[in-house]
Amino acid sequence: MSRVERAAWSFVAPALIAIGLFFALPVLGALLLSFTDFDIYALADSRNMRIVGAENYARLMENPLFWGAMSNTMWFVLIGTPLTIIVSLAAALLLNSRVVKWKPIWRVALFAPYVTTLVATAVVWRYLLHTRYGLINAGLGEVGAPPIDWLGDPAWALPAILLFVIWKTFGYNMLIFLAVLQMAPEELYDAARVDGAGPWQRFRHVTLPAIGPAVILVSIVSMAGFFQLFAEPYVMTQGGPSQRTVTILYFMYEEGFKWWNLGSASAVAFVLFLCIFAVAMLQLLAARRLGSER
Amino acid sequence: MRLRAGDIALNVLAVLVAVLTLFPLLWMFAVSLMSPGEAAQFPPPIWPETPTLEHYRTLFEAQGVGRYLANSAILATLATLLALAVTVPAGYAFAKLRFTGRDRLLQMLMAALVVPGQIGTLPLFLMLQRMGLVNTFAGALVPWLASIFGLYLVREYARSIPDEMLEAARIDGASEWQIFRHIVLPGLQPILVTLALFVFLGSWNDFLWPLIILTDQNNYTLPVALAALSRESVQDTELMMAGAVVTVLPPLVLFLALQRYYVRGLLAGGVKG
Repeated sequence: MSRVERAAWSFVAPALIAIGLFFALPVLGALLLSFTDFDIYALADSRNMRIVGAENYARLMENPLFWGAMSNTMWFVLIGTPLTIIVSLAAALLLNSRVVKWKPIWRVALFAPYVTTLVATAVVWRYLLHTRYGLINAGLGEVGAPPIDWLGDPAWALPAILLFVIWKTFGYNMLIFLAVLQMAPEELYDAARVDGAGPWQRFRHVTLPAIGPAVILVSIVSMAGFFQLFAEPYVMTQGGPSQRTVTILYFMYEEGFKWWNLGSASAVAFVLFLCIFAVAMLQLLAARRLGSER
Repeated sequence: MRLRAGDIALNVLAVLVAVLTLFPLLWMFAVSLMSPGEAAQFPPPIWPETPTLEHYRTLFEAQGVGRYLANSAILATLATLLALAVTVPAGYAFAKLRFTGRDRLLQMLMAALVVPGQIGTLPLFLMLQRMGLVNTFAGALVPWLASIFGLYLVREYARSIPDEMLEAARIDGASEWQIFRHIVLPGLQPILVTLALFVFLGSWNDFLWPLIILTDQNNYTLPVALAALSRESVQDTELMMAGAVVTVLPPLVLFLALQRYYVRGLLAGGVKG
């Protein structure tokens, strides 16, 4: 081994050991654990653990609570992702406009929620969404709308949390869109203008192709984020009303650390992983197809 | 004249959107200064009649928030130092030093980036339980050591270090460690700030892992304590807002002071990754 090679290994060894021990091993462990009946008795003495094959998965498939969590989460993913992309793209286009002044200030303002502590802002929003004293209902009252029981009505709890999540995260997507928009060549816009293209046509034929890859990226990141909602329901609704805001991760947390069914909770974790993975692959495939068409 | 009106409308819109976005944070701050019960009126007031700091006093004197603040600060600082110590040399080595299996290893690490760490939460908890690290700071810090993203961030940046500079130092007889210490580290300084900021904010804002691993109230971080408090004292709006301000202020100030570095890391992770 050369001197450089020896040094290189000593540089990478701590990181590789840490990643192997505290990342790779637990992820593999989750797969193995999901084939056992590891529960609170096994926690005390691991001899109480048995290998049960795919039984945890089979039982999950029959568990209405699990399917409830799945459908709630899918609701977030399928409604939330397009919404958050529209909101953040609109914000990016606004801040990219040549006529808007003091852009750095607005950019920081719109991004600020992203760096704040999730738990703290979830607490704040719980009060903003309060049925009687919440400012959101007060605002609705101003325009004559009846108050909404945001976090107590099964029909409104998911939209209320979604509103909070979009507020919290759209700044991140916006910054990515802004960075890409600023790279789009100005001449293309001028050329389109000379050819008589209106604002919508310029957006459709110049802006969209330029930001296409960024849209794919942002949608993968957003979907992965929506799949992993946890603190939001934990703080704002505790999974209620009538289980309507139980997400997959929340379900896993309760299964694992409230009821100590670690085998079954690991199966949930793995289903979650497969979902995220499948969605990311689908989008990458779509991106490739889009790229080959051009 | 039509164009001018459009320009003004866009500027007004920008102001409106910014105010609307910041509103929850401003409201949080305003309510934290209200007298007890003031926020629970209809219509809800926007600004305190006579601002008071009594809720902050209650938080620190009766609720032990000073302790949680210290826990959060200690954990975030240690997580930052440990993550830098582990990932920076590795990121540099992956960028600039040749060793067998490097490219294969790097490919595996990049592939692993899509695996969310949450998946391994349960086995990691069991592992740490066997090692006696549940309810210790060491247990809370462990995930920050294994940051593939940090490694990737440093590697991307370190690739721009010119090879000739390293070669020249080698010919002068410098050891690899000396090269790292005296040539590489100073050159990496901007990305070190970025990474430190990411880890610090990440650890400060983290919730699920500290919630699981820090079981004793004395070890709670601010978000865990705040969540527990919010489940108990739902009615005490002003107190909860003061707690939220204490939790949110450090990351917000840190971000405002170092936003250039933060945005750089965000775009490196986003646009290229």
